[in-house]
Amino acid sequence: MKIHEYQAKSVLARFGVPVPRGEVAFTSAEAVDAAKRLGGQVAVVKAQIHAGGRGKGGGVKIARSIQEVEQLAKQIIGMTLVTHQTGPEGKKVGRVLIEEGLDIDRELYLSILIDRATASPVIIASAAGGMDIEEVAAKEPEKILREHINPGTGIAAFQGRKLAFGMGLSGAAASKLVKLLDAIYRAFIETDSSMIEINPLILTKGGDLLALDAKVSFDDNALYRHPDLKELRDISEEDPLEVEASKFSLNYIRLDGNIGCMVNGAGLAMATMDIIKLAGGEPANFLDVGGGANAEQIKNAFRILMADKNVKAVLINIFGGILRCDVLAQGVIAAVTELGVPVPIVVRMEGTNVEEGKKMLRESGLSFTTADSMGEAAEKVVALAGKR
Amino acid sequence: MAVLLDKHTRLIVQGLTGREGTFHAKAAAAYGTLVVGGVTPGKGGTTHEGWPIFNSVHDAIRETGADATVIFVPPPFAADAIMEAADAEIPLAVCITEGIPTTDMLKALTFMEGRRTRLIGPNCPGIITAGQGKAGIIPGHICREGRIGIVSKSGTLTYEAIHQLSKQGMGQTTCIGIGGDPLIGTSFIDALRLFGADADTEAVIMIGEIGGTAEQEAAAFIAEEFRKPVVGFIAGQTAPAGRRMGHAGAIIAGGQGTAAEKMDALAKAGVHVARSPADMGLKMKEALGR
Repeated sequence: MKIHEYQAKSVLARFGVPVPRGEVAFTSAEAVDAAKRLGGQVAVVKAQIHAGGRGKGGGVKIARSIQEVEQLAKQIIGMTLVTHQTGPEGKKVGRVLIEEGLDIDRELYLSILIDRATASPVIIASAAGGMDIEEVAAKEPEKILREHINPGTGIAAFQGRKLAFGMGLSGAAASKLVKLLDAIYRAFIETDSSMIEINPLILTKGGDLLALDAKVSFDDNALYRHPDLKELRDISEEDPLEVEASKFSLNYIRLDGNIGCMVNGAGLAMATMDIIKLAGGEPANFLDVGGGANAEQIKNAFRILMADKNVKAVLINIFGGILRCDVLAQGVIAAVTELGVPVPIVVRMEGTNVEEGKKMLRESGLSFTTADSMGEAAEKVVALAGKR
Repeated sequence: MAVLLDKHTRLIVQGLTGREGTFHAKAAAAYGTLVVGGVTPGKGGTTHEGWPIFNSVHDAIRETGADATVIFVPPPFAADAIMEAADAEIPLAVCITEGIPTTDMLKALTFMEGRRTRLIGPNCPGIITAGQGKAGIIPGHICREGRIGIVSKSGTLTYEAIHQLSKQGMGQTTCIGIGGDPLIGTSFIDALRLFGADADTEAVIMIGEIGGTAEQEAAAFIAEEFRKPVVGFIAGQTAPAGRRMGHAGAIIAGGQGTAAEKMDALAKAGVHVARSPADMGLKMKEALGR
């Protein structure tokens, strides 16, 4: 689960990570109040969306007066921000962060995530902060520092020093980094984060280290034990159909194509998207109904699939293991009868109770196109979608 | 021979008294697996569907001589169940549970270091040795005895591969679902090592997914020391970056872990890469020159 920058900063601050003073505002009036409370000569108005590259897209501006804060907040709240991470359609800004302006001496980079290969958390740090870290990694890999943390012991002080000196810090600033790393590591483990990224981490002219930006995402599988963090979800940042699907424990991701897919199992669902593409079509979605779907879930899956108006044909690809083909057929027949699905449906079934399932589809009186293999199913559905 | 599990394996089920545990214990027994008991803390001393239930894995091993366990325990308790199995030093633990928090797995894998238990999964369909036995949820009736090993991150895609092999007249030795999570016990390389040393396994199908670099590491291993033919498929060629495709591990991060990257690495290592998921069986036939 992703959260906004202002939420991430408040979570990190709880663990002792220094962050700039700031407040979230949903309206320009709130922005003005927040700026007044902050005082100071300069305030920064930052659009809050779940995507990076906000500065380049015009979503982060510096204000030198209260009037300017008001004006900028009016301009940014409600705008559609397009960045390299939002896709061409952009994202609508619903809230801004009003933050104190700071005198920046240096911009550094810090993140923590799980390294799969070593099954341990890894801290990634660089003296080259403030820019696209992937670009730094590609062009100047020697500037990227990596420190693996033993999950049994946590981050050791010497590892903190190693990173601090490696980033070119010394004296008080190095000590501050060691403390900050400890706080970030604790935040990472205790909140069940999947990633914490601070870019930039700044050193001010006054010698303070602060997280000027912060991205935090949480492990969805662990949210059950963090009711407070679950509250931070902003569903306006998510696709409405994906939100709807999550209510029925369906794994749905909307894509740009016109062939709706319904599959059991994540791997087979991805492979089905792939084979549609190989056959010359474009999948409209990823949809994994899971291993043990019942007829009711199949029906809801159909409803969600068909709510995407781009869908011109549907491919159902089920390899029945635990999910029996007759149960699937029952769900599909119920859905088509009740919802009146107006597009061609290609069904490919295999596995447990396949003959029974096929017979039910044949005898339903509804018009399904059947296929015996994945390849045949993909060709048929692409041809049918192309005719419409 | 086959690997990991055969008709002599004595299997216990952690979470046997639950709905899933009961269903799959019966299916495993029906397939011929020696299911010898179950573990449900607090229900020790009772029986369930004729099987003795124990309070701990230690007790179960002592009483039944079990040498493998399959774990059907809900996500909040699954990592603990894995650690308990490892503490009891059972040689093989297969964890089917999907949705275990990553930090829990971090602890479990750290705990397992230096212990003799091999973990398969979590978030996997488990393993099956054709005609002999199974620990997990792979449907037995689709398997045929034969000479092909399968190692896969995905469940239903494994079934698909088995089905395609059968259609081409080829059976399987052992099929291993290693799971689609970021942190897992047995890797592609571990499984390939087992198949490499198994005289019955003639060739291997390896099914990967987007995300991480496990497939690239396996490719390097294959190039260097794996001598049997390998057919590879990578799911997620069309998946967009930054989106999680069902499996917690299936996410492309910053241009890392794309299908193209993985297919390329496998092809360079001499793996027969199937572009289409419909061609895995056919590719194997080609690879074996039949």
